[in-house]
Amino acid sequence: MNISLFLKKKQMKYFRLIVFSIFFLSFSIKAQNLITFQNFDELNAYVQNNSEIPLVVNFWATWCTPCVKELPYFQKLHQDNPNVKVITVSLDFEKQVESKLKPFLKKKNYTFVTTYMADKKFNNWISKVDENWSGSIPATWIIKANKGIFVEQEFASFEELNQFVNESLTKLN
Amino acid sequence: MKRIGFFALLMGVLMSFTNPTGYKVGDKATDFKLKSVDNKMYSMADYKDAKGFIVVFTCNHCPYAVKYEDRIIDLATRYKSKGYVLLAINSNDPAAQPEDSFELMQKRAKEKKFTFPYLFDEGQKIYPQYGATKTPHVFLLDKNLVVKYIGAIDDNVEDASQVKEKYLENAIAALEKGQEPTPNTTKAIGCSIKVKK
Repeated sequence: MNISLFLKKKQMKYFRLIVFSIFFLSFSIKAQNLITFQNFDELNAYVQNNSEIPLVVNFWATWCTPCVKELPYFQKLHQDNPNVKVITVSLDFEKQVESKLKPFLKKKNYTFVTTYMADKKFNNWISKVDENWSGSIPATWIIKANKGIFVEQEFASFEELNQFVNESLTKLN
Repeated sequence: MKRIGFFALLMGVLMSFTNPTGYKVGDKATDFKLKSVDNKMYSMADYKDAKGFIVVFTCNHCPYAVKYEDRIIDLATRYKSKGYVLLAINSNDPAAQPEDSFELMQKRAKEKKFTFPYLFDEGQKIYPQYGATKTPHVFLLDKNLVVKYIGAIDDNVEDASQVKEKYLENAIAALEKGQEPTPNTTKAIGCSIKVKK
């Protein structure tokens, strides 16, 4: 075996390793199912591309107690209300994505779409969601055919949330 | 007497219509009289020589407020010598957020050696007037209590060493030069002010 063939074999080995690790990595990401948005434009594009049915976009974080409390209502909404799809956008600290956010989501097993916003220059994008959003969370954005209703509030129960969503959908008609 | 009551009601109704979201830059802020962790009452009127006021709505429990705690302590110290008074206000209802009780405010202030008044918005009357919605939420007032800047302390909650824009300090610098701050409002994520339902 000459030296170049040996090198080629070695390269092939590395190539296989890389392919395998990419495959494995993408699989594990998929299992984690956390979509990361680098900026508002990416979030907005995602929203536009998934607008075949109305969306309920909830902004939250694991450190926000009222947000965590209302997540089960959003899960129930996602499951029980056939008129909408729920997308949650985590605003967790960058340093807590691996240590807190991902373990939390894994434990809870929510089936709504879970995403993470990496752009922490909040002043650049909060007003793009809604000009009246002061920045407190929880906050919820209901989008139907390019029109939206935004609320900076928490919901006390699934019924309250569901009613609000249904009323918003009627208003957005 | 009845007439005064009617006028008060009318004013209240009008206020609630014209001022649904609190102060905007250029509005004149109302003074308050609130109890601090030292059990004394504080008002902005007490500070006759102040060049301005940094009113920070904050609290004990909110991770965002906690991230800014050391920066708030530092601002209070540095700007005191320049004639600016920092007043921190906790507006959360302890019935909704037990970590933000007056006793725990006292404990926190002692632990962190606060050098500024840490006021309790008893009855939650002040935050709606200002239009504070979250912690931390900063209002910079000039010596005549005119609102000059509303928003965040800076642009990086997670890491003070990575801050690119010191919004509040830049706003104070503008005031020092007799200019209007730019930007005069910024937005940041924060914990909502807690109200018992």
